[in-house]
Amino acid sequence: MSQTTARPAHLQHHFTDVHQQAESAKLGIWIFLLTEVLLFGGLFCFYAIYRSWNPDMFHNAHAFLNVWMGATNTVVLIVSSLTMALAIRSMQLGRRKHTIVFLAGTVLLACVFMVIKYFEYSHKIHLGQLPGKWYFFEGIAGTNPHIFFSAYFLMTGLHGFHVLGGIAVITWLIIKTARGSFSPEYYTPIEMTGLYWHLVDLIWIFLFPLFYLIG
Amino acid sequence: MKDDAAQRHILPLNLYLAVGSGLLVLTVITVAAAQMDFGQMNLLIAMGIAVVKATLVAMFFMHLKYDNRIYMLVFVGSLLFLGVFIIFTMFDTLRRGDIYEEISEPYLKEAVIYRTAETGTASSHAAADSSHTAAEAETETTDH
Repeated sequence: MSQTTARPAHLQHHFTDVHQQAESAKLGIWIFLLTEVLLFGGLFCFYAIYRSWNPDMFHNAHAFLNVWMGATNTVVLIVSSLTMALAIRSMQLGRRKHTIVFLAGTVLLACVFMVIKYFEYSHKIHLGQLPGKWYFFEGIAGTNPHIFFSAYFLMTGLHGFHVLGGIAVITWLIIKTARGSFSPEYYTPIEMTGLYWHLVDLIWIFLFPLFYLIG
Repeated sequence: MKDDAAQRHILPLNLYLAVGSGLLVLTVITVAAAQMDFGQMNLLIAMGIAVVKATLVAMFFMHLKYDNRIYMLVFVGSLLFLGVFIIFTMFDTLRRGDIYEEISEPYLKEAVIYRTAETGTASSHAAADSSHTAAEAETETTDH
């Protein structure tokens, strides 16, 4: 690594160069994503145990989820992941306006995702399918159908909170980009948020078939 | 700074669009496959497609294919431990039937959905000994 004579403004004093700084940030965010995988892992384990114990009940209960709403949300989230990746690419090429457009598109798609989720949730709450003591829906054959909805609300709910967090952070990125805080030399916050956003997409890629497409 | 630019891996636009389209096509395939019945293979097919989609996202959108291998190690490590977590738990929960007799019982016997015939909805799932618990539950619920 060649020694730069003037240290760029975004380089923190405890890093030797911008490359080391970027690599450290990326390692940090990947370790955070590791903890996210394990956080969701507990719920995936819960799902695996109860689905293996009650395969028929899970099959009967999943019929009350709307496949088309779930599939639409999958498409929405995949496209938002694409716009996020393109936002980073635009900043790498120094096209700040494109970055803002792609980030705004990502936020918009994330909001669409949450709106669809709102309609799904309110329908289920209306039917009395909230888990635990709030569960009083009687139309599902099998023992303990509320377990399916416990898994459904916990897993998609935790995922939904991650989407909300993503919306907040990406909105902050739009403001920072508009203010000119990022350049092709320094766009680490956009890249790190991108990695987080792709993981949120990745988790939904598994949640969708596990809940909406039980064979 | 020059070699730093090379580290940034600016991927061609067409690659991103191709990966995005691939993900959408796989979504259509997984929904279509779910409409057909492959028996035991259903879960395997759905999870197989999900793994392919996840790999595409991780490799191209998350740049794992081009980045320092240490990030791949961290990510694959997390999946490895997730695998240990789930598989070792399943060794227990799937084999309990070998030792104990497995019975399917309501967790919340007093729940509305397990009310017996005399209270309205018939439920074959309320256990045989629940006639008295159900009656209890009924008085409890009418109290509120």
